[in-house]
Amino acid sequence: MGVKAEPWQTAEIAGPKKALLILKPEVVVAMVKRAKRPILVVGHLSAEEYSDNIKMIDYAIRMSRTAGIPVVATAHTTTEFIKKKFQPAAWMSAMDIGNRLQDPEWKGLDGKGPYDLAMFMGLPYYMEFVILSALKHYSTGLKTISLDRFYNPHATWSFPNLSVKDWNDNFEIMLNKLGGK
Amino acid sequence: MKIKELKTDVGTIKDLEVSFGRIFEEDWLEPVGPTPFPSITDLREWDFKLLQRYKPFYLPFCDVCCLCTFGKCDLTGDKRGACGLNMSAQQSRIVLLACCIGAATHIAHARHLVEYLIEKYGRNCPIDVGGVSVEVEAPVTRLVAGIRPKILKDLEDVLDYCEEQVTHLLSATHTGQEGSNLDFESKVLHAGMVDQVGMEIADMAQISAYGFPKGDPEAALTEIGWGVADVSKPVILVIGHNVPSAVGIIDYLTDKGMYNAVEVVGICCTAIDMTRYSPTMAKIVGPISWQLRFIRSGLPDLIVVDEQCIRADAIVEAQKVKTPVIASSPKNCLGLENRTNSPAKEIISDLLEEKVPGVLILDPEKVGEVAVETVMAVAPKRKKFKIIPEIEDIIKAGQECTQCNECMRACPNNQPIPEAMKAAAKGDLNPLAEILENCVGCARCDSACPNDFPLHSFMVKAGEKSLMEEKFKIRVGRGAIQDVEIREVGGPIVLGEIPGVVALVGCANYPRGGKEVAEIAEEFAKRRYIVVATGCAAMSMAMVKDEEGKTLYEKYPGSFEGGGILNVGSCVSNPHIAGAAIKIASIFAKRKLRANYEEIADYILNRVGAVGVAWGAMSQKAASIASGFWRLGVPVVVGPHGSKYRRMLLGRKDKEKEWYVYDARTGDKVYAGPAPEHLFTAAETKEETMVLIAKLCMRPNDTTKGRAIKLTHYIDLHKRLYGVMPDDIHLFVRNKADLPITMKDEVLRILEEKGWKERRIPDPTLLPRLIRKRKGE
Repeated sequence: MGVKAEPWQTAEIAGPKKALLILKPEVVVAMVKRAKRPILVVGHLSAEEYSDNIKMIDYAIRMSRTAGIPVVATAHTTTEFIKKKFQPAAWMSAMDIGNRLQDPEWKGLDGKGPYDLAMFMGLPYYMEFVILSALKHYSTGLKTISLDRFYNPHATWSFPNLSVKDWNDNFEIMLNKLGGK
Repeated sequence: MKIKELKTDVGTIKDLEVSFGRIFEEDWLEPVGPTPFPSITDLREWDFKLLQRYKPFYLPFCDVCCLCTFGKCDLTGDKRGACGLNMSAQQSRIVLLACCIGAATHIAHARHLVEYLIEKYGRNCPIDVGGVSVEVEAPVTRLVAGIRPKILKDLEDVLDYCEEQVTHLLSATHTGQEGSNLDFESKVLHAGMVDQVGMEIADMAQISAYGFPKGDPEAALTEIGWGVADVSKPVILVIGHNVPSAVGIIDYLTDKGMYNAVEVVGICCTAIDMTRYSPTMAKIVGPISWQLRFIRSGLPDLIVVDEQCIRADAIVEAQKVKTPVIASSPKNCLGLENRTNSPAKEIISDLLEEKVPGVLILDPEKVGEVAVETVMAVAPKRKKFKIIPEIEDIIKAGQECTQCNECMRACPNNQPIPEAMKAAAKGDLNPLAEILENCVGCARCDSACPNDFPLHSFMVKAGEKSLMEEKFKIRVGRGAIQDVEIREVGGPIVLGEIPGVVALVGCANYPRGGKEVAEIAEEFAKRRYIVVATGCAAMSMAMVKDEEGKTLYEKYPGSFEGGGILNVGSCVSNPHIAGAAIKIASIFAKRKLRANYEEIADYILNRVGAVGVAWGAMSQKAASIASGFWRLGVPVVVGPHGSKYRRMLLGRKDKEKEWYVYDARTGDKVYAGPAPEHLFTAAETKEETMVLIAKLCMRPNDTTKGRAIKLTHYIDLHKRLYGVMPDDIHLFVRNKADLPITMKDEVLRILEEKGWKERRIPDPTLLPRLIRKRKGE
């Protein structure tokens, strides 16, 4: 594939520990299937149209419904979910969900225990960058995945910088394969 | 005082050393409080109370520390560096460094102003920021230092203290000094407090000596916007924060009767402050992000820079348009020759003949003379030479663009520049013009382009028409809040009937342009909050008109009342906002003010519903300004770029035990709810910020009527912007009288679902010493 692990925003260099590249969508599928307590954090950019009437939020909803993953809507993104007749498990600020996820004592939205996989999409790149950094440094037992179409180096796993088409194709494959969970 | 040898009748004394503490004036009858001129540890206990509730959430930029030759050290996870420091301590250390930079900048600014104004107006020049209307002339200085400054000379002593503190604080960041992240955080708060003092001194000095508006709610309206400059005249552009050079220009024009001969315009806080000096002769181009676009347009015939937030490449950009530059601050010499002692005629001649691209002149009066005389001579020669390309050049570049995305990857706001270039190739420049609306003016796109296309200039050309039409009205910075205004609104604020004070401050690093600041301001003014503003935020708020062509400053009163929108002034005017909160405690509630920091901060945290919003926070100064508010108990929200400050101070509303206060009436510990929920957080969108503002204005002391009003706004905004009822109402309703009447049934249903129980409203404090009666007494 010849894909480089380059941060989308050129100067956002992470350090020695960088995200592993998701070269095949099956990696995400395997991670989700293996996870006991996954969670999906969705920011406001997910509701912005970026290509031919496709919105990231539609993929977030399909992923949540397909794999039974609770969604946390950050900022005012909950409005967009509700417009689409989807009820997120919770809404809170990106900082609040980041802060809770790094707390080993947090028992989750349902009080049943800490999460072991947090996936992010639709946050401003640089904001997601620093939140993923916080989780990399302070969380215990939590893996993170950046599902945006940009390489975000502080995640455990991240897509490389992808074209819209490649990103869409990846998601379609993931959703198809997650259907079996 | 040291005496090597003293011979007296009773004998000889050798090596006598006598030292005196600070001497406090005797005509201020209020006794000196517990913490006059506090050292870096004197308020540590208060800081730890705050940090216990609002714990740091660290967001490291990178995994390493590279501050000494032990490093680079990998601090990932639980690793420690060669010096023993861990990641949390390193992040808080960086925050402290930022706040020391910010505080030092304001304090040095204040020192320069005070020294210069003493030289010009004398040591005995009286401090007067509002006559009898502002008797508490220096609330922050009184609170921190415990002195009442009366003349300019008094300010020097306080500055000595500030400088000493910043030196101590900075020394704590050295390798092998502080090792605890919480102690670093305490020092961050100290830096912020000292910064507030420094800023207050700077603004007091310039208001008093220059005769800026003195707490005037009806300060004049003046002009702001790219299009306000009469470019048929020679144009002098001033950029920066420290106003004496700009004043020197205006004074020279006045003295020479050249009132109409030259146009004087400004960018950033110098612009705000020179309109405070002369609202008729000076005009504002715009906030910090307007620098490049205006310089490249070729409109300024001469540029005078002083200090802070000036582009480091100002001289390079100015040379491209053949505009001479005068640097006027020792902190920003730009590599130019110091010509302070050269005859003015020689300097003017050298600039006119382009022998030098610019000069350094460290004398504001001389700057005035050289700037005016040079611009008169240079302007006819320059003929507004510009480097903004023609449309044909942009189309050609669009056709040559390889769509490599480097510009977009360099853009802080990820603007779709490649797409806009694609459109430009077909002759459509609208997408480039739209990008300019959201552009922070950094020109990283220019630097990134492998074809060396001047992309920022392309945007300026594309948006040229709307730029030329930019003409707005802004109210001149009014300065302090009057004591009488505090008496009138202190009660309604503390009781919650004026739902809050919203301070829109800080830089112009906006995620989607400055119009969002205006939207936030108007939303809360309409809801009868008090909206105060400073600096770039105060400018951005002015740069939006309604259907009738009016700006916010024309539509809303400039007085400190519900529904008012006040431009307080420049960056160094921020302490007037902190001062208003302090004066509510001292004037309205009659709490002792003098060197009584902890008690006043405790009062503000628990009773004064104020929140700061720095939607475009960028600088280290913004960090230190924010930290001054945190220590005082005022929460601050920053825009998404503020997440790069690397550390938030977040409360956890889901942890009940963290929200108990003492009831000062009984000494009981009482659950007071998460009010305010956070001390420092970054919001992703303006919608989130609006909801946060309404929530963060709630305080434990709100009366039931006040809480009902605040809840009404919180719920209403949440429903409108989030599309749902808030999920935490039960934490803010203490008894049924708190319920907003129009939403009573809806909220009651939620309370029942949550198993809510009534609780009492305490007389809240975090300080055991303020408990009036303990159990069993």
